[in-house]
Amino acid sequence: MKLIDIIRDANNNLFRSKARTILTIIAIFIGAMTLTITNGIGEGVSKYIDKQLGNLGAEDVIVVQPKMEDAFSTGPKKYDADRVSTDAGYGIAMPLLQDKDITDVASVRGVMSAEPLLSAAADYVVGPNNEKYQLTIAAYISGTNLELASGRLPDNGSSNNEITLPFEYAAALGFDTPQNAVDKQVTISITSASGEKQDVNATVVGVQEKSLVSLGGANVNETLIRNLSAFQSKGKPETAPQGYMAVIARVQKGVSETEMTRIKNDLREKGYQAQTIQDRIGLFKQVIGAIIAVLNFFAVIALIAASFGIVNTLLMAVQERTKEIGLMKAMGLSGGKIFLQFSIEAILLGFWGSLLGSIAGIGIGQIANHYASDTFLKDLPGFMLTSFTPASVAVIMLIIMAIAFIAGTVPARRASRKNPIEALRYE
Amino acid sequence: MPTNVISTDKLTKVYGKKETSFTALDDISISIAAGESVAIVGKSGSGKSTLMHILALLDRPTSGTVKVGARDASKLSAKQLDSIRNKTFGFVFQQFFLNGNDTVLNNVTLPLKIAGVPRKLRNERGLEMLKAVELEDKVDSKANDLSGGQKQRVVIARALANNPKIIFADEPTGNLDSRTGKTIENLLFSLNKKKGITLVIVTHDEELAARCDRQLKIEDGRIISGGKQ
Repeated sequence: MKLIDIIRDANNNLFRSKARTILTIIAIFIGAMTLTITNGIGEGVSKYIDKQLGNLGAEDVIVVQPKMEDAFSTGPKKYDADRVSTDAGYGIAMPLLQDKDITDVASVRGVMSAEPLLSAAADYVVGPNNEKYQLTIAAYISGTNLELASGRLPDNGSSNNEITLPFEYAAALGFDTPQNAVDKQVTISITSASGEKQDVNATVVGVQEKSLVSLGGANVNETLIRNLSAFQSKGKPETAPQGYMAVIARVQKGVSETEMTRIKNDLREKGYQAQTIQDRIGLFKQVIGAIIAVLNFFAVIALIAASFGIVNTLLMAVQERTKEIGLMKAMGLSGGKIFLQFSIEAILLGFWGSLLGSIAGIGIGQIANHYASDTFLKDLPGFMLTSFTPASVAVIMLIIMAIAFIAGTVPARRASRKNPIEALRYE
Repeated sequence: MPTNVISTDKLTKVYGKKETSFTALDDISISIAAGESVAIVGKSGSGKSTLMHILALLDRPTSGTVKVGARDASKLSAKQLDSIRNKTFGFVFQQFFLNGNDTVLNNVTLPLKIAGVPRKLRNERGLEMLKAVELEDKVDSKANDLSGGQKQRVVIARALANNPKIIFADEPTGNLDSRTGKTIENLLFSLNKKKGITLVIVTHDEELAARCDRQLKIEDGRIISGGKQ
């Protein structure tokens, strides 16, 4: 029997008892649709993150921090006078890096330079409308590509105080448009360790686009962060903890992935936590990935339930067609071909269910995209909630057809083993 | 001496295990010549259907040999057996075993489809066979819409599709009234005469048996007459 005839017969046989077949297909359809949607969300999110990562740049930067195990240890740690910690709130002591750590990091082969990541905590920022707002300040790391709504990135080579503001701050501080804020002055107020207050003027060089990556902080250039942090530590008692939260290590631009991993491992061996910016965002991606995996797991459970429907449907079909199977075997059709025919029926059930399911899933995904970008994703331009590629839809369909095939082997085996004489006698 | 299409040597068939065993066929040695028409007659339970199943290679004997032409069936692979049943044998059953929802033509071409003949070719051949049984006007009818006699003619057309050497018929007229039964008988015997197709007919219809060249009478699994040519 030719394969094309087997496939044609299998499809015709399926639709001999329409109601039963359609009900089975609906069960697969539900699983397939769920899997398509959850996968679509996963792809939509990671596509967005990838896009953000692509914008990020600074591939030559490793953020080096003290190992967190020191802070969140599982057991009591021996006191070490050389290890300095700062109070990070909630009674958690954050270990700090010292100058000797900086030389230590710089000594790792492949690290071109190591500089402390300076930090400063502003009391507030004030703009033309004289409204005071809290502001998180981050030192701008050269090579990082922030998405900008207007202006340019902070210049670490400049001797002026430069700042880029988060998108919402432009309006809050009294600028009509993001474009309007560029080249205007804002004032940052800080307090030194001795309680002295100072206002520092900074030039707004750009306004950051809303994005998951910038996480709502302002970026300032080196001149500004030095000014702020120098003033902030003024009058700090000698005994107070001294040090840095992180050190920025730069490596050769365009370094290979294996070399990067080697450098990170060397740093880890020295007792540091080493992450590229990609790694830090990768963590976020991992969390999303885990959520999607759980959702997919439920969809697969639905598919497994549906596969019992396939077994049931085909067992009934084998029972009904016992005589027909007997006749075909008597006429010289091999057991293998009969197995193939029922397997193909199972695969076709999977095919129709997954085809309709993915079409419905993509349809729902498009509607959800439309809804999401008008509502809760309004603040994240370019973020499509769901995304579908032909390859991933094809993979889902193949997985479902494979599940259907496995389910079909039970009835197909039974059909192929029928004894033609007994099958022909069967009433 | 005419060549044998099928012969058996000391054929036995035993069902079940030791104490509860039942001997369905006992020491059967027969040969059927090409072009012969043979009736296997006997009461129900005598073993005539079992014999036909073994001759048609649908079942295997417990001991003894079956030869198809010169080939020992026990030495053939499953694939070879399938091929013989498909190309050398034609089957006519009492209950027709037609696929009622399918067209007459598709029912007739089933053995050709199993043989892997391309669709166009098998439809041509199927039409030819339907002409031979005078049912060419029913080509596209559903098999269910036919009368009993028409159905049996479709079954014969199906049995002829692969141009077989032997037709095995199990009570071919059992489900038909006597007039329709006669038509079917005439059809089978004309195929026997004109095309030289060997007929092996299982029946308890004495009249039908009498029309055959030879009657193999079987009782309690043994041939009681007609075994020797």
